[in-house]
Amino acid sequence: MIHYLTAHRLAEMMGKGEISAREVVGLHLERIEELDQHLGAYITVEKDRALASAREADEKRRRGEKLSPLSGIPMALKDNICTEGIPTTCASKILENFIPPYSADVYERLQRAGCVLIGKANLDEFAMGSSTENSAFKITRNPWDEKRVPGGSSGGSAAAVAAGMAVFALGSDTGGSIRQPSAMCGVVGMKPTYGRVSRYGLVAFASSLDQIGPITRDVRDCALVLNHICGHDRRDSTSVDVEVPDFEKGLEQGIKGMRIGIPSEYFGEGIDRGVKERVQEAIKVLENLGAVCDEVSLPHTEYALPAYYIISSAEASSNLARYDGIRYGRRAEGYSDLVDMFVRTRSDGFGREVKRRIMLGTYALSSGYYDAYYKKAQQVRTLIKEDFDRVFEGCDIIVGPTTPTVAFRAGEKTDDPLQMYLSDVYTIPVNIAGLPALSVPCGFSEGLPVGLQFIGKPFAESTLLRAAYAYEQSTGFHKMHPQAKEASRDEI
Amino acid sequence: MITKKDVEYVAALARLEFSEDEKEELTKTLGDILEYAKKLSDVDTSSVQPTAHILPVNNVFREDRVEPSLGRDRVLENAPDKSKGCFRVPRVI
Repeated sequence: MIHYLTAHRLAEMMGKGEISAREVVGLHLERIEELDQHLGAYITVEKDRALASAREADEKRRRGEKLSPLSGIPMALKDNICTEGIPTTCASKILENFIPPYSADVYERLQRAGCVLIGKANLDEFAMGSSTENSAFKITRNPWDEKRVPGGSSGGSAAAVAAGMAVFALGSDTGGSIRQPSAMCGVVGMKPTYGRVSRYGLVAFASSLDQIGPITRDVRDCALVLNHICGHDRRDSTSVDVEVPDFEKGLEQGIKGMRIGIPSEYFGEGIDRGVKERVQEAIKVLENLGAVCDEVSLPHTEYALPAYYIISSAEASSNLARYDGIRYGRRAEGYSDLVDMFVRTRSDGFGREVKRRIMLGTYALSSGYYDAYYKKAQQVRTLIKEDFDRVFEGCDIIVGPTTPTVAFRAGEKTDDPLQMYLSDVYTIPVNIAGLPALSVPCGFSEGLPVGLQFIGKPFAESTLLRAAYAYEQSTGFHKMHPQAKEASRDEI
Repeated sequence: MITKKDVEYVAALARLEFSEDEKEELTKTLGDILEYAKKLSDVDTSSVQPTAHILPVNNVFREDRVEPSLGRDRVLENAPDKSKGCFRVPRVI
């Protein structure tokens, strides 16, 4: 089935003339037409533009031009990544009609590589959420079980890749928003080191935590996409000017002697038995491949979640102050004066969870509470980072579960924000410390995918990819795909 | 620990308004979240420096050179109300 092939396999086939970019893109567009009305992974589908870029890719190949391995490959971008001339909504009413006058750095880079943008993927409004249920426009269903959420906030991106509606996608990860939905949809998702990928053109949520990364069908594709999106960009002052290695090189070197830390705090209260068992089995596999696994401790893990919600909400309340109904975005009607215009525009334009986070952040930053909440959270952030530093003195990578549970039912947690936040308990510490991490499929529990998380030292993405590749190749869970069931559609 | 009055005060700071029902819901959910965040006070941070940013990067400077930027028309394309090359806003003074 063409729609479940990886980018590297498709590149090989296109190189041999077995298939054209036009055919690959056409098949994915047909797939979207067939499935997406129901799955809801896309906010915008760019059919004509995608077909035109596919023809262009084929034309270049005919002329014998040197092509990147991603040339002609259809991709989805999370709809908080700016695309010049194409709506970028952040799944918010307030940006419903926003058409960016410029493109994000990552989109420019992928266009130069010849990738074909097939559509913009659904998300929780402004990337705030863990289930994609906070989108102002639609919910996204999990392709493995349509009564379940795909995770979030990059739920549309993960569902599109899992269901064969894009070969790869980009998401953004502030507290787990790439890894958590990748785990729940059975695909590979990576959050690179903070500063590795330019945030220029990514609509800001929490600037000290946000990072863009790939969602793919296997680890090699993850390396390939990473090769094309990393690199210094002076338009993002937090973009780091470090060498970008060829992430594909060294994938096959194996993990003999690699020292792996298993944090005991990631297997405590709240983890489902099925998830725990799959992850423990995966650790056995890593040991059989020659890795040395030892239990380690990250003692401040339980404080990561509260620290995260204070820090990320504080940054969000400040970042989202720009939505004032003046320069872009929706402006409410019927206002009496300037302040009333701000109030009506924002109250009407933002959804419930976004307003809750703005309120939380404003409270934490307000006079009298700053030290107790915001400063305290930043001090705890230091301790969480030091936990990782200490563990990495004795090991090369850390391995554990990506999420405490498999995908939950739609509606199950929408009225209990704290319960919803807990689904990111193992992914959040990584953002707080700015580390790279990725999730790979490691089997099933209750018939739903489980994710295995690999966490690395800053800028050590190559080590993570090598370990994940060795694991993936010896298990093969990445080759399992959801059945798009016609029958189940009537049940819902 | 957080009252309806607090919610109203913070809403005014954030330029948001809420219905009575929403205020009640927020008083409860924000209260729950802040109660949970209180957990942080268990940690002794008396000698810990805060981390605002994970990278060892301070100020990033570049040459003060004029470079092309978006034209005025492009900048105004998304404005909900504009006039004579400017953003139009309600009267302030």
